[in-house]
Amino acid sequence: MLAQQKKHTTHCKNSKKYYVGPVATEFVATNTGIWRIERPEVKIEDCIFCGTCQKHCPPNVISVEKADENRGVHFDWNYCKGCGICANVCPKKCIQMIPEGSVCKL
Amino acid sequence: MLTMKSDAKGLVANGVSFCHGCGLELAARIVLDVLGPNTVIVVPPGCAAMLSGYGNETVTKIPGFQGNLENTAAYAAGIKAGFEMQGRSDVQVLGFAGDGATVDIGLQALSGALERGDKILYICYDNEAYMNTGIQGSGSTPLNCWTTTTPGGKSVYRKDMVGIVAAHKIPYVATASVGYVDDLRKKVEKAKAATAEGPAYLHIHIPCPTGWGNKPETSIEVAKLAVQSLCWPLYEIVNGDEYKLTVAVSKPKEVAEYIKLQKRFAGASAEEIAELQQGVEQEYARLLKRIG
Amino acid sequence: MSTRVLLDGNGAASIGLKLAQVKVISAYPITPQSPISEKLADYVVDGSLKAKYIRVESEHSAMSCAIGAQLTGVRAGTATSSVGLALMHEVLGVAAGCRIPIVMPVVNRSLVAPWSLWCDHQDAMAERDGGWMQLYAESAQEVLDLILIAYRTAEDARVLLPTMVCLDGFFLSHMSDTVHVPEQATVDSFMPPYTCHNVRLDPDDPMFINDLTPTAEFTEMRFQQAVAFENAFDVLEEAMADFKKVFGREYSLIEAYQCEDAEVVIVTLGSMSGTGKYVVDKMRAQGKKVGILKITSFRPFPAEQIKKALANVATVGVMDRCAGLGAEVGPVATEVRAALSGKSVQGFIGGLAGRDLSPVTFEKAFNQLLNKELTDKVEWIDVREDALTIREVK
Repeated sequence: MLAQQKKHTTHCKNSKKYYVGPVATEFVATNTGIWRIERPEVKIEDCIFCGTCQKHCPPNVISVEKADENRGVHFDWNYCKGCGICANVCPKKCIQMIPEGSVCKL
Repeated sequence: MLTMKSDAKGLVANGVSFCHGCGLELAARIVLDVLGPNTVIVVPPGCAAMLSGYGNETVTKIPGFQGNLENTAAYAAGIKAGFEMQGRSDVQVLGFAGDGATVDIGLQALSGALERGDKILYICYDNEAYMNTGIQGSGSTPLNCWTTTTPGGKSVYRKDMVGIVAAHKIPYVATASVGYVDDLRKKVEKAKAATAEGPAYLHIHIPCPTGWGNKPETSIEVAKLAVQSLCWPLYEIVNGDEYKLTVAVSKPKEVAEYIKLQKRFAGASAEEIAELQQGVEQEYARLLKRIG
Repeated sequence: MSTRVLLDGNGAASIGLKLAQVKVISAYPITPQSPISEKLADYVVDGSLKAKYIRVESEHSAMSCAIGAQLTGVRAGTATSSVGLALMHEVLGVAAGCRIPIVMPVVNRSLVAPWSLWCDHQDAMAERDGGWMQLYAESAQEVLDLILIAYRTAEDARVLLPTMVCLDGFFLSHMSDTVHVPEQATVDSFMPPYTCHNVRLDPDDPMFINDLTPTAEFTEMRFQQAVAFENAFDVLEEAMADFKKVFGREYSLIEAYQCEDAEVVIVTLGSMSGTGKYVVDKMRAQGKKVGILKITSFRPFPAEQIKKALANVATVGVMDRCAGLGAEVGPVATEVRAALSGKSVQGFIGGLAGRDLSPVTFEKAFNQLLNKELTDKVEWIDVREDALTIREVK
């Protein structure tokens, strides 16, 4: 007889139920943005809004907005790892990788 | 129900600990984007197990199961059967395994599922080695390529996994690449549709900066060069014998141009590179014969 | 109402899975289990069992398919033996750790090498610490009944442990006997339809099952399994009590046959128990006070019950049908010794790889114990004297 078993019951008096065994029940995101040592900077006047960068971004953190409100190439800085693929695939070569922290955050 | 502690575009969280420039991260998002939420994913231990998470935390919004290294196809077949017996044949069952888990240890379970016609979608993401355990050679590692267990360069050719799968005469087989994302997307759509009739198989080329030694920003460029140098032809096979090229390469580049971006071939001599070039051309000629 | 049918152990096992209405079958053939994989195929083709039959290409895949299917919310059926069980080993751990209550007949046959086709307990013993319950059947009727009891117990929310129902290869699997086969309606009243009480695969309720578990939580998950094994004692006894009410046959975790006033008792597992009881009757007629203690539930191991049943028995022997190499005595004897700490327990090894545990062998063992010819080391009761010289180099 397990001595500790007296404390543990699989029947809980409250209405909460519990899974047993290995399972993940919470959807989270890892803060991969802190990996960055470089970040992409878009020269927007040369951008043709083709979406190639967005299409090839592995963490899918780029959104290319053509419409007037919010027009631009937007990055989710929480997750961009600074891999540089966007700069590499851009047909207009209008993205360059600059050192992280060189942007003045106001 | 999953407790949502993060927003995400799509079915995978935007923050996942794949390496910088990981081809698998891009492929996984595209695949799940096409398949949609009525999908169950089975992964073996390996890089794709990143999608399963750690402890109580996952980065995938669809139901999933991490099995063992060699039996992804068997778990997938059982899951599909369970849903079919409950009138839920619409649920897509995806087996998503690396080259090690498919071409080597996973060959038996996959062959069984294909022979039986189990209606699963099996996708092999091929980064050409056992990457998650530290870059050991697999049956998919190319000739003359460095890995930690072929430190003098691999002395034999890689398995023609697509040929092995095609021999099972399943409804749809295709190669794909993260260098050609539109082509990849189309093929996932076709494979998804084909699982109404039987098994479907995709073999996706996945550059791995960590294991290949290419700069992370060049992963897409390297993937494109693999196709353009005929190392990774993009084609599909319908019902086991109708071969069709999906991306034509009119002026093939030299294999040397493809491998020069990758440190894993840095030890290859001029003769070995010539050997690679010859091998690639022979394989491509064989493929063209099948396309007819 | 039930029908009396002439069935062998394999037939009884097949009917057990059929009465449980398994929905997905993934059984790979292996002697002496193959008739189960065949019979289930017959049932599917003749329409008497509505299930998908996955003609798997190995036992490793057989258990994998069963796990996949059961995670979607249906009963999955498979069965195996010997090296097939050994091949499944890695995957058995997944069923146990993910708490998937699969019930699987195991037709006990020796492991390899040497190659054998015949009965012993090495296959199931090799899995004894893996997290599966193990019930051992003495007769074809017990095979059928223990399968139904296993489903009731395994699927209980307090247990959720996969279960092997073990039947001796050939001695039970291929021996025909009268079996009372209940009607489906009666079985349904005893056994509720499958409800998944734990993790499941369902796009309407997503979760990721069997992801990497941190060191900070692994012990707790193993502890959860240990708690389930503790709960299983009560749940098994409840199921057995209900079984008696519904079907009229009595089962318990152990069966003490003529142990109350016995001077000597031999502990048994599986079909050898019948022979043991026969010899007990014969020797009792000669005035010798002997008894048999049959273990039905080997996992969870009924230490308390064994202790109680043998409290007043002077001398205890255990007939292990498995060599337990490298240990002082065989696996069952090791655990009986631990339960009866202090009392001298004589371990016997016999009946390996189809060698019959005959009345002669049991009498020999009983007489040894009655004459107090005891050793700490295990006694290979039926080994030939020329054991080391059976292969002359010529």
